[in-house]
Amino acid sequence: MSEKTLTRMDLSEAVFRNVGLSRNESAALVGQVLQHVSDALVAGEQVKVSGFGTFATRDKSARIGRNPKTGEEAPIPPRRVLTFRPSHLMKDRVAAGNAAKKA
Amino acid sequence: MIRSELIQKIADENPHLYQRDVEKIVNTIFDEIIETLSSGNRVELRGFGAFSVKQRDARTGRNPRTGEAVEVEEKHVPFFKAGKLLRDRLNGKA
Repeated sequence: MSEKTLTRMDLSEAVFRNVGLSRNESAALVGQVLQHVSDALVAGEQVKVSGFGTFATRDKSARIGRNPKTGEEAPIPPRRVLTFRPSHLMKDRVAAGNAAKKA
Repeated sequence: MIRSELIQKIADENPHLYQRDVEKIVNTIFDEIIETLSSGNRVELRGFGAFSVKQRDARTGRNPRTGEAVEVEEKHVPFFKAGKLLRDRLNGKA
């Protein structure tokens, strides 16, 4: 089992291997996919990818937070946060893969 | 937006590609992410976010309907954290 973090470059390489486009074009396409997902979320849409999961945004209202180190109160402004809900397929594969690794 | 709409957008932007290749590109990206997490590794996509695997310890759960105690085994679950750029864009800061 290799200890390696997957990056944009690895995704480009996978597209290059699987689809047979040039490395440059593969990298551009990975960028386009992430850009479209981001743009839809910024526009307030949900992004549902069957077999993978759902990205959605939620609006959080303002609240008074606290600096955990100093105990000082600090206002937290209202903000939009992103949540990801993995699909059952993804959860099952991740659970199975990591359980098998241990055994 | 759903997977097929994402594929259509990429296809519209790249009229020189076959539809089936665009499908393959999109599927490859999401499959690779799942594959990487399944082998216990992280995925870091600059500007977008990071996928990682979190371990949930074994615990004694309860069947909410019957109240019966059940042993829940340790398990690993996928987790996503949005990157700074995307977080800022969501809040109109970039």
